Amino acid sequence: MTHNLAGGLDVGSCTTKSVVVDNQGNILGWHVLYSGTDFEVASNVAWKEALLSAGISSCDSIHVFSTGYGRNSVKFASKTMTEISCHARGCLHYFKGPMTIVDIGGQDNKIIKIDNNGVRTSFKMNRKCAAGTGAFLEEMAVRLRVPLEKLDQLASQADGEVTLGSYCTVFSGTEVLEKIKSGAALDHIVKGLFHSVVKRILEMDTLTDKVVITGGVIEHNPFLIDLLKTHIPNEIVTPPHPQIMGALGAALYALQENYQT
Amino acid sequence: MTDQLKHLRKPIAATSQMKKLMAAHFLELDEAQKTGRQKIAWCTSVGPAELLHAMGFLVYYPENHGALLGATRMATEVIPLANAVGYSPDICSYLTADVGSYLKGLTPLTKAYGIQSVPKADILVYNTNQCRDVQDWFSFYAREWNVPIIGIHTHRNIGKVEDFHVTDIVLQMKAMIPVLEAVSGAKFDIDRLREVVDLSLQCTRLWRRVLECGAAIPAPLTFFDATIHMAPAVVLRGKPEAVEYYKLLISELEDRIRLKEGAVKNERHRLYWDGMPVWGKLRELSDQFYQLKTNVVASTYCNSWIFDAFDPKTPFESMARAYTELFIVRDESFKESYMDNWIKNFSIDGVIFHDAKTCPNNSNDRYSMPQRMAKRLSIPTLVIHGDLNDLRCYSEEQTRTNIEAFVEQLDQKVP
Repeated sequence: MTHNLAGGLDVGSCTTKSVVVDNQGNILGWHVLYSGTDFEVASNVAWKEALLSAGISSCDSIHVFSTGYGRNSVKFASKTMTEISCHARGCLHYFKGPMTIVDIGGQDNKIIKIDNNGVRTSFKMNRKCAAGTGAFLEEMAVRLRVPLEKLDQLASQADGEVTLGSYCTVFSGTEVLEKIKSGAALDHIVKGLFHSVVKRILEMDTLTDKVVITGGVIEHNPFLIDLLKTHIPNEIVTPPHPQIMGALGAALYALQENYQT
Repeated sequence: MTDQLKHLRKPIAATSQMKKLMAAHFLELDEAQKTGRQKIAWCTSVGPAELLHAMGFLVYYPENHGALLGATRMATEVIPLANAVGYSPDICSYLTADVGSYLKGLTPLTKAYGIQSVPKADILVYNTNQCRDVQDWFSFYAREWNVPIIGIHTHRNIGKVEDFHVTDIVLQMKAMIPVLEAVSGAKFDIDRLREVVDLSLQCTRLWRRVLECGAAIPAPLTFFDATIHMAPAVVLRGKPEAVEYYKLLISELEDRIRLKEGAVKNERHRLYWDGMPVWGKLRELSDQFYQLKTNVVASTYCNSWIFDAFDPKTPFESMARAYTELFIVRDESFKESYMDNWIKNFSIDGVIFHDAKTCPNNSNDRYSMPQRMAKRLSIPTLVIHGDLNDLRCYSEEQTRTNIEAFVEQLDQKVP
């Protein structure tokens, strides 16, 4: 097993992310693809693509950890860890504690507290409902017949917004239909949806100290940060490529184990 | 349990004796129902069982049946039948599972002991110390069978148990005697009550010792073991066989302690469980903790059958005090102080609070107790959401990930 490289796979419900790091933890290559229905295939493809982007041809000797909902589907991973630990580890690569990490994922949101020693002190995940996650925005984009990638632009250009609930994706969908019928502008509705995501985060837990936002939803919809800033006075930051923080964290844990074995 | 884990774990040998006792308990009730040889009283799990035994009743505990419905996963199948006659899915899922199973004509006792139905009550006796739902539960059967229902209404949110609390409960218990005499046909005998209270005292002292074995490092039993082995303390207290059983169990556990045989191999972390068990997921949770080398060594729930106050010299007063000193009826300050003591004495690394949707009285996370505890004791806490019986309220993957992430958090502190 080489000590020079390590890898991480984050097999989420929506997308699979892969990262290759060098012995300093620098990202050499990464890849993101839709997880689809076969997590094993997705993880194989994502890993090969990450190696390709890093210019590495042979992967046999690289230590890989996996995380995420489908973490147990990664057959070549030597260890699995939860996405809670891996997101925290990824963020600690860029920022020092104390901080609150907010991860907005495909089907779950996480709020993770890190103290000033870099030790995780608590965490919360959404419990049963996926309102306020990536799946929520995907569902709403379909209802509005708007491409997912256009949402951020629409929300950021809006000069007003409609008020929508944050309690349930289905209820919010009904509210959206009512707004359409009453003639609300499309961009106002999309901004209302973004606010719904922010409200969901705010009701999950306290957001103390520096707030670090991660996840695919932020990667593709950075306007959410502007909206969150209107609610809390904290410093709000994002790492480069917030979508791959879980995979990076898994890779960094694998790297750490390289040096312990 | 996976086959691999079965091989790794050393089973508790006393379990076979417990199974015999439980079979005898249910078969005796079944026989009494069929022959009418002895009257049957239904009693809530922390109801005045000693008084009922002293009056000559066989005592049946429907909460135990509720737990069996949960553990066998029949509960989720039969709860909708209770909902269909008007019992809300939001109320106690022991109640809805039990009533649902009655309406469907099913019981886990059939598969376990060949018994066709739960024993019909001649009288129903409740104590609201667990919750108010028990009186509604028993009222269903009182209407169904046209039998008397009597109960004790316990004070709630108690700080220090005062004399007036005890006096009130004593009066309520004594007021039951004429009704019990009329149903049983026996005269109340204070000396017989003293004998039963003495047996309950012996049982509860031994049960405390069983649970205190969990303080050993490594612990010789888990919370999941205790939820099974508490059965005699619940349904056989006041009877000599419960006393003999716990002597046997303690002997085995103390051997394990001497040999440093942990129930979880290579125990790394020690947890406290607050709230109800998730009966339908005992095995999965037990297996997960085993694989994580983490032992849940203490719990509020299993401690609920420790009744230190029993005293045969003052049977009524001591029963009243014992059933009022319960954790579940105490105020927040008492509960916090109580848990702090167990957490310190059992070298606990973290606390899991189970928020059971249909059991608010046993869900102590709802007024920020976990957050206060984490700050006060510098100990991590985790809230998992589920239910005692209704698995529709339980998200398996979310719970597994939360527990795994919690143990990873504890791992941060292991050098």
